[in-house]
Amino acid sequence: MVEVTVAIATSERGTPRSRRSAGPWRVAFTQIAHNPVAVGSAIALVIIVAVCLAAPLYAQFIAHTDPFQSNINGTTVIDGHSVAVLQQQTQGLGLGVEPIGPTWNISNYFLGADSQGRDVFARLLYGGRTTLLIGFSSALICCALGALVGIIAGYFGGPVDWVLSRLMDIIWAFPVYLLAISLSVVLLTGGLRLGPIVIGPSNLLLPILIIALIYVPYVARPIRGQVLSLKNREFVKAAIGLGASDWRILRIEILRNVLPTVIVFIPLMMALNMLTESALSFLSIGVQPPNASWGTIINDGLDLLYTRPAVAIAPGIMLVITAVALNLLGDAVRDALDPKAKLRGAA
Amino acid sequence: MRTITKTLVSVIAAASLLVLAACSSETSTDSGGGSSGQHTGGTLHLTAQSAGGTLDPQVNYTLQYWQLYQGAYDGLLTYARVGGKKSEDIVPDLATAMPKVSTNGKTYTFQLRKGIEFSNGKTVTTDDVVASFRRLFKVSSPNAGSWYNVIVGADACLKTPASCTLNGGVVADASTNTITFNLTQADPEFEAQLAMPFASVLPADTKAKDEGTTPIPTTGPYYFASYSPNKALVMKRNTHFKSWSAEAAPVGYPDEIDETFGLTAEAEVTAIENGQADWMYDTPPSDRLSEISSKYASQTHVTPLTALWYLGLNTNIAPFNNEKARQAINWAIDRSAVVKLYGGTSLASPACTILPPDFPGHADFCDYTKNGGNTWTAADVDKAKQLIQQSGTAGQSVGVVVQNDSVNKGIGLYLVSLLNQLGYKATLKALSNNIQYNYIQNTGNHVQMSLTQWYQDYPAASDFLRVLLSCASFHPNSDSSINIAGYCNTGLDAQMAKADDEGLTDPTAANAAWGEIDKAYMSESPLVPLFNPKLIDFTSNRVSNYQFSDQYYMLVDQLWLK
Repeated sequence: MVEVTVAIATSERGTPRSRRSAGPWRVAFTQIAHNPVAVGSAIALVIIVAVCLAAPLYAQFIAHTDPFQSNINGTTVIDGHSVAVLQQQTQGLGLGVEPIGPTWNISNYFLGADSQGRDVFARLLYGGRTTLLIGFSSALICCALGALVGIIAGYFGGPVDWVLSRLMDIIWAFPVYLLAISLSVVLLTGGLRLGPIVIGPSNLLLPILIIALIYVPYVARPIRGQVLSLKNREFVKAAIGLGASDWRILRIEILRNVLPTVIVFIPLMMALNMLTESALSFLSIGVQPPNASWGTIINDGLDLLYTRPAVAIAPGIMLVITAVALNLLGDAVRDALDPKAKLRGAA
Repeated sequence: MRTITKTLVSVIAAASLLVLAACSSETSTDSGGGSSGQHTGGTLHLTAQSAGGTLDPQVNYTLQYWQLYQGAYDGLLTYARVGGKKSEDIVPDLATAMPKVSTNGKTYTFQLRKGIEFSNGKTVTTDDVVASFRRLFKVSSPNAGSWYNVIVGADACLKTPASCTLNGGVVADASTNTITFNLTQADPEFEAQLAMPFASVLPADTKAKDEGTTPIPTTGPYYFASYSPNKALVMKRNTHFKSWSAEAAPVGYPDEIDETFGLTAEAEVTAIENGQADWMYDTPPSDRLSEISSKYASQTHVTPLTALWYLGLNTNIAPFNNEKARQAINWAIDRSAVVKLYGGTSLASPACTILPPDFPGHADFCDYTKNGGNTWTAADVDKAKQLIQQSGTAGQSVGVVVQNDSVNKGIGLYLVSLLNQLGYKATLKALSNNIQYNYIQNTGNHVQMSLTQWYQDYPAASDFLRVLLSCASFHPNSDSSINIAGYCNTGLDAQMAKADDEGLTDPTAANAAWGEIDKAYMSESPLVPLFNPKLIDFTSNRVSNYQFSDQYYMLVDQLWLK
């Protein structure tokens, strides 16, 4: 844990008397930059994010396809021959229709087609945008809410702590996927209405909010424990003794010390949230069609496992790579910002 | 003396044989059907993803169990339990012969066979028949109000089921062993409705409530020995059964039939390939079709069904309260694409009409195909867009509700894509198979477009047109409103009543009339016919003697086991 409350002595003219030492953030950054695993993970993540962000460019200018439009009777050209994207079986009794498999041609059904005749690679890139967006947004919301709850509960204690802690206990008491599935099923039927705020069933905000909410206790609990410890530290007592307001103490003394922990949580929660999103979408209760996420593409591929396994495997591989990279990066950030490793395994 | 004694013994023996033969003729009016010993025996293993609900034949309305009821329950009449077209013939079952019908068509008199026993050993009597029809109302059988409401006294039974007596409606005469049905009006489909499992004859002391998982004694070759919806259903030979008719009640071949629940469709296919199961109730998943059709062609049986997959367009709310918007959908749907999503041309044919091909009343026409003609050839999206512009509904939101299995969801995705292409803002709602059908029927859910299916109950045009589109089938805010389009046209209702009357005297003319009614409905487009499906039965390599009944599909108990 890093404490950033050290007042730097200044000269009468207001200039530093000695050369200022490297700040804790710079130290942490330097440490991460010298960690090859962290750098490798960061590079992998940057590539994945960049490629996914380029999905519209790929679909429009390279693959010339609309990955959200069914193309059941469409054709494409392979080796100079026009072939149907979905092909009627001709062997035996001629039952069934199969989408074309990977062509390994980057401009033409690179990973083949799905059962709607859509380009799987284009959908994989679009799906990545959705999954990363949900993972990142929900991780931010979750960490912000978790930090807020943890700080308030830990600092004020008493009845406030009791109420908030019991609320977290209640959420934590549910198996996390059961809670997510229940919320999703209810909200995806009619959307969410909170007074004038209406969020439609197919709005991505729904999975973002659901996933963020169910993981709040995972962040709030360790933060609360940290705040309970900080509250008894000398610098906080000194601030109280000097008559600082609660708001000032929370902002200057507590939040600044808790922030590194929250930052450590973000990549870890992002990985966890991406997996949760994919699980919900796989169960058809996350991202709603025709939107794509890696989970929905795995679901699309479920019915093609025997004939076109690439449809399900490709997003699975992307998920694994991204989640592993996020976890490795998260570990490195934790090692850099929390050298005592109090949070190891917290999430 | 000795000679006299021998002669006397011979005479007495011959007389005894004659008496026995006379007695037995009361229980066997024809040869009795049957299984020859060489194919008899073994346990037939069936498998299904899930159980089919209650086991009560007067309540259950699933093909899954109707198929099994054929080897278990009997009514006064039944559909011939044979393969091919003859399976559409109604034959006497517990009745000795077809009923005597009065000239005004309002009275049906049956003679009950003697000597038939339930699986609990009790003899079937006329009291059981009367009690069964009372019970049909007491348990609120699904079609009590639509099929059996023509029986005198049915109105009172529908109002207060618990005190149902059907006084004057179903009259038994134990002395002559006859049962007479008195109807409030002539009904050309009454015999067909009596041949349905709802009209099964059950012991008179059967509780007047849905028996759920408790088996009710049977009259057929098998009885239900146990039923656990999470595990398995077991049928065993009914030792009290003696076949009285090869057509109506043939002897079954397997000694035991069990149906286990819980496997996925993928696992079911694998189990059959490995010989661990003999048949699967569910349709094989799409990614296994090519495998079974090439490697297991001799074990795969594909049969056209008298069934229709269609879109219900809610005619009471925007945008499909506009006729042009409805017609636009009929023009725009690429039926060949939908057929592909179902499994290809070997498994379905594009549909233009509500009545399936080769069905009574079917007329060949295709109002919504690009190049005209009697068969569908191509969609006309330009014409559809033009109609949508004229209707002023472009840009409106449309919710599509489908079941959440892969085929239904695949078609739903295509529909959303198409609707967006046509200028609507479409969203897909995929609901569990258990709730979608009731959900789309209820107008309170404001479903605009839904994908569903209709499989015939019995071969009659009214079983499609009246059931799916008559005013009487539309019940606002009810989960049981099978007229999903909510379409009510009193003029066409009157035409259907007229066709019904015509059916009593001139079935050919009546069928022609039904064809015209089909055409009239299609011009209004309350629904969009998509395709007529075919059924795949995938059996293990130890199974033979596969027979397909148009009414109840594969004759389960007529399979031979190696």
